[in-house]
Amino acid sequence: MRFMMMVIPKGYEKAAPDAVPSAEAVAKMMEYNKSLQKAGVLLALDGLFPPSTGARISYSDGKATVTDGPFAEAKEVIGGYWIIQVRSREEAIEWAKRAPMSNNEIIEVRQIHEMGDFPEDVQKAAEGFEDLANAAAAKQ
Amino acid sequence: MSDIHSTIEAVWRIESTRLIAGIARVSRDIGIAEELAQEALVAALEQWPEEGIPEKPAAWLMTAARRRAIDYLRRSRMLEQKHGEIAREFEFQQQRLSQALDQALDQVIDDDVLRLIFIACHPVLAVEGRVALTLRLICGLTTAEIARAFLVPEKTLGQRIFRAKRTLSEAHVPFETPRGDELRRRVESVLSVVYLIFNEGYTATSGEEWMRAALCDDALRLGRMLVELLLGESEVHGLLALMELQASRTAARRGRKGEAVLLLAQDRSLWDYAQIQRGMAALEHAQRLGGGAGNYALQAAIAACHARASTAEETDWERIVLLYDALLQISPSPIVALNRAVAVGMAQGPAAGLAALDGLAAESVLAGYHMLPSVRGDLLMKLGRFAEAREEIQRAITMTQNRREQELLMERLKQMPSCDARGQLCGC
Repeated sequence: MRFMMMVIPKGYEKAAPDAVPSAEAVAKMMEYNKSLQKAGVLLALDGLFPPSTGARISYSDGKATVTDGPFAEAKEVIGGYWIIQVRSREEAIEWAKRAPMSNNEIIEVRQIHEMGDFPEDVQKAAEGFEDLANAAAAKQ
Repeated sequence: MSDIHSTIEAVWRIESTRLIAGIARVSRDIGIAEELAQEALVAALEQWPEEGIPEKPAAWLMTAARRRAIDYLRRSRMLEQKHGEIAREFEFQQQRLSQALDQALDQVIDDDVLRLIFIACHPVLAVEGRVALTLRLICGLTTAEIARAFLVPEKTLGQRIFRAKRTLSEAHVPFETPRGDELRRRVESVLSVVYLIFNEGYTATSGEEWMRAALCDDALRLGRMLVELLLGESEVHGLLALMELQASRTAARRGRKGEAVLLLAQDRSLWDYAQIQRGMAALEHAQRLGGGAGNYALQAAIAACHARASTAEETDWERIVLLYDALLQISPSPIVALNRAVAVGMAQGPAAGLAALDGLAAESVLAGYHMLPSVRGDLLMKLGRFAEAREEIQRAITMTQNRREQELLMERLKQMPSCDARGQLCGC
């Protein structure tokens, strides 16, 4: 089963567009990433720019409204993620516990839906979506 | 939602390999190393539910294992040196031993893990013993889990592991990384064990067989571990590529009623394209290392041809034939030749495919193999020679024990016109 481990650094919701982690923090993180890789569980990972460089698109009656970051109402934002493949929820939690996080950071662990987890009618409805996602991936 | 036993199991799964590898560096016997690590696990199972999970569970297990290892090594040295040794010399050795153990456990190095893998897959062991030891020592599975995955009683599996450990101990297999030609041979043995585990899971057919299907993930995890440990070995990347590309089709291999769906009939929108990308990256890596003509890399390249085709019709069969030719050069086998004949039939037409099959019937390996008449029947059907085709497919049905295969063949029989294309009665 696959899990996404999302990093939620407190304060990142207000971080300046050019905010970058310290060299020391990055070095520690690299070591952790390497341990995931060596254990054969790491599938993907990425770090995200602060929300001040992003945008939120909200929807009302089919109309999309764009708000540029930072977002005053946001209390928790995602700073990055890992996708890991493990045998159980507990194993995902154990890996998260080993991450080199500081006091004001949170990791949220969430299982990734596999197509087989959905009921048949949902799977059928999702077929077209898979096509699109795959076409996009194949172009890369 | 998390109960403490599942948590302990998870900690074990993450830490056990390095723990066993560290102890083995000093004990030089992986059977003993595993037993000592197991004792630490038992201690955790007894104490953690009472006292709570320690803050650093890995360090806790290390300490517990170290204590037991020192006890064990003292006892065994004492037996060895009962005669002749003076007490002072004995004390000195004891001290050196605990220092070595401290050092080994404080800093388990990748080489220790690699040595452990090589030993678990040692050619001195029966293949089923290699598989069981690898899942136990490297994947951290319990005996019960392995037994369920291989559909054998737990007791049988326990004996299999016990026998394997005894064989290693009796053969005095050294705890070291092989070199030169020996390295190549041993890497091959490791890769074949990993691929065997993968195929065991890949052939699992239904939801109830979840434990078996999970073996695919275990094999992929082993593959990803191995590319980190054996960076320069192209076939390791080739095998990982092959497994990723095959596993990417998992969701498409079963129909809504659980029936098998063959590659060319699969709904390709169900393939996992992120996994295909990982497979392609691993294949490129193998090729960059100069290993494009390796056994696994070639098989992966064939799988990649299928992955690149967005419909079955777009498959580059000409290229697949060439890849099979290359595969036949390095590992001639009737099974590969049979697969090549299928590709020839697709690339150059059924008559050419049939010609490529000629001569294969004499191969004793294929004597009882249902795929030979099945493929021949398919090619004959495409040529409109229905009477002969029916005969071949009926023969194939009697040759396979697999119910799903039988169903597929029956289905094909039903779809076939009962008369020859020439309009003559075929008498069946």
